[in-house]
Amino acid sequence: MKKSLLLATLLSLFLVGCSSTPINDVSKPTGPSVSDDEKDLDLASLRDPNNILSKRSIYFDYDKDVVKAEYKDLVAAHAKYVSTHPKAKMTLTGNTDDRGSREYNVSLGQRRSVSVKKSMNVLGAQDTQIETVSFGEERADTNCKDDACYGKDRRVDISYEKE
Amino acid sequence: MKKYNFSMLNIFKIFISLYFFSFIHSNAFAIETIEIAGGGTKQINIAVMPYKEIAQDKTNSRMHQIIAADLYRSGFFRPLDIEGLVNKPSTLSEINYPEMTAIEAQVMTLGQVEINNNRMKVNWFLVDINKKTILTTMEFSGPVAQYRAIAHKISDTIYEKLTGIPGVFSTKISYISKNKGRYSLNVADADGFNVQSVVGSPQPLISARWSPDGTKFAYVSFEKKKPIIYIQSLVTGQRTVVANFKGNNSSPSWSPDGRRLAIVLTYNANSQIYLIDPDGSNLKPLIQSAHIDTEPVWSPDGKFIYFTSDRGGRPQIYKVSSSGGEPQRVSFEGNQNLNPNISPDGKMLAYVMQDEGRFRVVLHDLQTGQITKITDGPFDEAPKFSPNGHVILYAHKINGSGELSTVSIDGVVRQSFNIHADDIREPAWGPFVK
Repeated sequence: MKKSLLLATLLSLFLVGCSSTPINDVSKPTGPSVSDDEKDLDLASLRDPNNILSKRSIYFDYDKDVVKAEYKDLVAAHAKYVSTHPKAKMTLTGNTDDRGSREYNVSLGQRRSVSVKKSMNVLGAQDTQIETVSFGEERADTNCKDDACYGKDRRVDISYEKE
Repeated sequence: MKKYNFSMLNIFKIFISLYFFSFIHSNAFAIETIEIAGGGTKQINIAVMPYKEIAQDKTNSRMHQIIAADLYRSGFFRPLDIEGLVNKPSTLSEINYPEMTAIEAQVMTLGQVEINNNRMKVNWFLVDINKKTILTTMEFSGPVAQYRAIAHKISDTIYEKLTGIPGVFSTKISYISKNKGRYSLNVADADGFNVQSVVGSPQPLISARWSPDGTKFAYVSFEKKKPIIYIQSLVTGQRTVVANFKGNNSSPSWSPDGRRLAIVLTYNANSQIYLIDPDGSNLKPLIQSAHIDTEPVWSPDGKFIYFTSDRGGRPQIYKVSSSGGEPQRVSFEGNQNLNPNISPDGKMLAYVMQDEGRFRVVLHDLQTGQITKITDGPFDEAPKFSPNGHVILYAHKINGSGELSTVSIDGVVRQSFNIHADDIREPAWGPFVK
């Protein structure tokens, strides 16, 4: 763990007061990944800003879970990547805007991640390599005043293990 | 900034210590019918006199302020403005009845607080102004550290004497706070004081639910970048995983006997309701559909589970037997209905109705079918009945930041909590602790 991160963690603990069960952020990168993964998973293509695989967000219309035509190429590229890299593990994380109840929004976000997964299934990506989850409204912008703002929250984010 | 003197054990000690006051009851409980003068109001006019504080360096009591705030928040009492009164009695012989009648007091409470060597003793009275009779007289004593707890116990006693229903002023609430990017599940007194953190995390926490005996929480944490259900003991601080299956694990709801949990799992599909033991064993699907089924809550008799589903197109409230079977639709009014909570007597549902662009808390009388909007929105959520069913705690948003309020079930009295955090949400109300 980086020194600055450790300090930030300690500081946040101090600010909250003595929380008895502090949970530390386990998901932060721990350092350079092993070269085997680099090769097997072709991680460079995921990172290349000129490769469509570096694009990771699919946006939805209000109250809809239909993947729009404009994301056809993006979905196809990731589906192909998963089907041609059997060791790749993809997570599709659904998100919603902050209106409505938190649990219902977890379910709504899930419906969107499942919708993206189904689109990828059709293109040959296997369920065993994909996990669909949802953060609901937990990452939403809480200061939205118009639909352009809410629209940024209605999305599915694509991420990969070990990337 | 509020300093949290925090330890898991302390929270349990608070529960325990409430039962170590010495109570001297000079009369038994009986429901008192107060004649309402003036009419048109259900609230009882009460004069809460400053309890005379007999202590070194202390001449002003704050006990009466705690009691008056408690009674006001309940919606059943109207504490009267007593600032202008010349005569502020702290003993029975000092009461000036004509003066009390003039301010339209129906009842009054008065008393004395004696503080000695970190111990305190409160002698207090509840008096019927019209009949000029003593309704209650008691002596409560305990350590000075229990000052607020003793005030709440007096509020509880007054409340039960005049409404016939136990007060909830000595119970606990919980909520999730977000402060400087860090999330914390907190427990506080029912008036928002005495905040203690149960668990903190850099990732979101949601859906914290008290076990029926008040000793544990089930909650959802996103610390592993997906929702996972944990149970944490308030006694030992020990934390165990209840459900960590592929996909989402969320929306825990304790069965009334505390032996089962209704939870929501997704695997690689939509939210579905399952039943599981608190140790993570004995998983069974409750109902299966291709739609969203979530937010399960048990009826107090354990026979039914109410939940939110979009099987009809839009989210609505349904119910199903806790042994499974065919769900029945419960809510029909409004564009969407979600986020149900059931009253302790099982006769009322509170849920969030989305209509005309606003999310409001409504009460649904399950016997008559009558629906009453009790908040105005626009973004109200997470209604939770008090353990006596008289008040609802809920979350709402002010300028994008979450706050908590209570509303009396008639919708008349609303009061916000003065809790200092960037954002507070996901309230829950702890049980009566016997």
